[in-house]
Amino acid sequence: MATTALPSRGYLEDDTPTVWAWIKSWLFTVDHKRIAILYLLAINFYFLLGGLAASVVRIELITPQGDLLSSDLYNRAFTLHGIIMVFFFLIPGIPAVLGNFLIPLMVGARDMAFPRLNLFSWYLYMIGGIFALSAAVFGGVDTGWTFYTPFSSTYSNSNVILTIAGAFVMGFSSIATGVNFIVTTHTMRAPGLTWFRLPLFVWSSYATSLIIVLATPVVGITLLLVAIERIWGVGIFDPALGGDPLLFQHLFWFYSHPAVYIMILPGFGVISELISTFSRKRIFGYEFIAFSSMAIAIIGFLVWGHHMFVSGQSVYAGLVFSFITMLVAIPSAIKVFNWTATLYKGSISYRTPMLYALGFIGLFVIGGLTGIFLGVVAIDIHVTDTYFVVAHFHYVMVGGTIMAYLGGIHFWWPKMTGRMYNEVWGGISALIIFVGFNMTFFPQFVLGYLGMPRRYHVYPQEFQVLHVLSSAGSTVLAIGFIIPLVYLTLSLWKGKLAGDNPWDATGLEWTVSSPPPAHNFDEIPVVTTEAYAYPPEAAERDAAAWRPGSPL
Amino acid sequence: MPDFPLFPEQASTFAGPIDALYGVLIALSLIFGGILPFIILYLMVRYHRSQKADRRNQPEGSLPLELTWTIIPLVLVLGVFFWGAFLYIDIRTPPERNLEIYVIGKQWMWHAQHPNGKRENNELHVPINQPVKLVMTSQDVIHSFYIPAFRVKQDVLPGRYTTMWFEATQTGEYHLFCAEYCGTEHSRMVGRVVAMSLADYERWLTTPGEIILPDGSAGAGGGGSTLIPSIGDPMALAGAQLFTNLGCVGCHRDDGAGIGPSMVGLYGVETRMQDGSLVTADENYLRESILNPGAKIVAGYANVMPSYDGQLSEDQLNQLIAYIKSLSDSESASTRLSNAQIASVVADELK
Repeated sequence: MATTALPSRGYLEDDTPTVWAWIKSWLFTVDHKRIAILYLLAINFYFLLGGLAASVVRIELITPQGDLLSSDLYNRAFTLHGIIMVFFFLIPGIPAVLGNFLIPLMVGARDMAFPRLNLFSWYLYMIGGIFALSAAVFGGVDTGWTFYTPFSSTYSNSNVILTIAGAFVMGFSSIATGVNFIVTTHTMRAPGLTWFRLPLFVWSSYATSLIIVLATPVVGITLLLVAIERIWGVGIFDPALGGDPLLFQHLFWFYSHPAVYIMILPGFGVISELISTFSRKRIFGYEFIAFSSMAIAIIGFLVWGHHMFVSGQSVYAGLVFSFITMLVAIPSAIKVFNWTATLYKGSISYRTPMLYALGFIGLFVIGGLTGIFLGVVAIDIHVTDTYFVVAHFHYVMVGGTIMAYLGGIHFWWPKMTGRMYNEVWGGISALIIFVGFNMTFFPQFVLGYLGMPRRYHVYPQEFQVLHVLSSAGSTVLAIGFIIPLVYLTLSLWKGKLAGDNPWDATGLEWTVSSPPPAHNFDEIPVVTTEAYAYPPEAAERDAAAWRPGSPL
Repeated sequence: MPDFPLFPEQASTFAGPIDALYGVLIALSLIFGGILPFIILYLMVRYHRSQKADRRNQPEGSLPLELTWTIIPLVLVLGVFFWGAFLYIDIRTPPERNLEIYVIGKQWMWHAQHPNGKRENNELHVPINQPVKLVMTSQDVIHSFYIPAFRVKQDVLPGRYTTMWFEATQTGEYHLFCAEYCGTEHSRMVGRVVAMSLADYERWLTTPGEIILPDGSAGAGGGGSTLIPSIGDPMALAGAQLFTNLGCVGCHRDDGAGIGPSMVGLYGVETRMQDGSLVTADENYLRESILNPGAKIVAGYANVMPSYDGQLSEDQLNQLIAYIKSLSDSESASTRLSNAQIASVVADELK
């Protein structure tokens, strides 16, 4: 029955006598699973906030005139959307929620290598978030999430310092999480769990953590320099003070391009898990997927200049950055082909996480291919800083990262909460999100090639039809995001009990109870098989057992 | 549905080649992005758990297959890269002979000055079938000069010059956008580019229009003065006067006998510096040498020039640079005014 109690001793349960003790047991927890839940709540709050800002922007753009908002308010709305989504949702999203919850379970450990550092990183995240929020409350910030100088350092009259402080503190939270993942993966693997037996989610989280640890300090220092110039007038970026405005862009993109891979790589890991489980077979080309993650992490450090093709950098720099950008497309393509090949001769089921995974592949292919357009300098000159770029990175960030995040949340929801969500609503909302997403962002490719610049509050009449289409799509998309919020929350009370392994998946996390006990494993497991050790006849047996009326 | 285009107008020599490359990229994308989803859909249906299918002998990986789908995309993207690279080099290499127009961006307007001194705001008049080179700088934050119909865009930075060139092919009016976010009124930092026949352009150049002051403000100040033609001094002549008035001419003598190097034939030439490096004397070098003379010292000269930082407007800097460039223009060498001639003209006026 749906209302039966969960198995006892789960990490969610406590024998705390008072409410205060219960609150304390959460706020001072060092359990990686509880920290993941704390992150889940905070990150979803920021996602809704960022989504609200996006809605305001889309509503304003229905008409070519600026009739809903003043220019200043509009600029603050898209800046808020960008900063919240990038720094407080996309970058921490999958690592902090799914990574925190799963990595110790997947490697067969009782917790992270540094549990207290893990909790500290959540507090840093919250402090950073409070800075950014207070900046919004006290009048907002209007620099765009990119903080280009000398606008941000000298000319903007908004709360630049508070916002920078938020992003700066948040950066340390990322670094702490990254260090924790790296050390945990190196030192805490269960006996017999060799590197090539690791689930691909661990591989991609490891690659992500390397980028986080190497790149985040650069953006921290850069933002600090902006603050120093702004407060004390030290000439670093503003030529009027003797600085160099392009220096900021080099430093900023040296982090912010790898940051794109911080956002998407964990998504690749999630998708690998989902495709394998719901095809009931070993992932195709395991080593190629694992190494392509590492290749992306490394090459991703050498392409930052492709954000600056029209900034005034030399022709030679443009050519070199364009060339390396072309190369980074290859490992991404390898992944897509291997996922597709995994479907061959599998026994595929259309459960909600699988729908998200398939949607991810479709959208990521479009996002990736349009990335090649932008990597060709001659085309980039025309479409950079237009809606073409906006559409491209939303296909990668929303179509990629958010689809993977939602797919992962659905997949591991039974493990995290012990209960199943409503499969029918799950499928419906996945389809609504897919349709709404394409309606919102596909017209923006056309807008961009027509020449509609981004960050425009008012625009020429001829772009209106496509803007209206895009805004209509965003309404559908918003509905698609709200539905899971409702049925996932309801499932906490009404959901069917999940059992230890509802998907019949491989992986150490499915060998423990749902929700897992506080210390994960009674006995540290000894691993003798690779990840995705589905027997060769698993797919055949699964298909043979299917009867009309079984789940699709 | 009126006014619902899918592709922008083609109005410059770049538009055709860029659209062709764009079309090829779309075609390649359709091969990958169009076929792959159908393969996925086919596999999804064929191997759905409810379907009877042969699921024995599952492959776990295949090196030949991995190599195939690594090498084919690699060859394709490299092909696209080289195509795009040659086009890019074209876009960044202006022809020797071109019409130079100086552009200043500021929050939130564009200001342009033509060689004969005519100024305009938020509009750019250009002749068709004629290479036009824009020499651009900003007075405050970073802007970006973008003409979608010409497929050209270039960021405009404070404290240095960036250049861009194009050759319009169709007469007409086109959008001019600021493409780099620059603050409150960013979306109103727009205007129009008017492409006209050469004859019309020359007529326009010599037609008095609305008066535009050097700081870019239009028709300000005294009521009666609006009748004064807005055609100012030709930029090079204005620069020559500045060159004399500021005292530059005392050291930078044409015959090269002064304390500073001669400006004749300097522009665009590689010059040896004190530290042995070679520097091409482009707009940015000239600008730096005026505002921060100690940054690069020409071999054989001493670091004695005072800085002119803060004493010159962007506009005056443009004029000075236009003058120095005119000293390298072999075409006009015969008609060029020498420093001495200008000095005497100014001296006459002072009497």
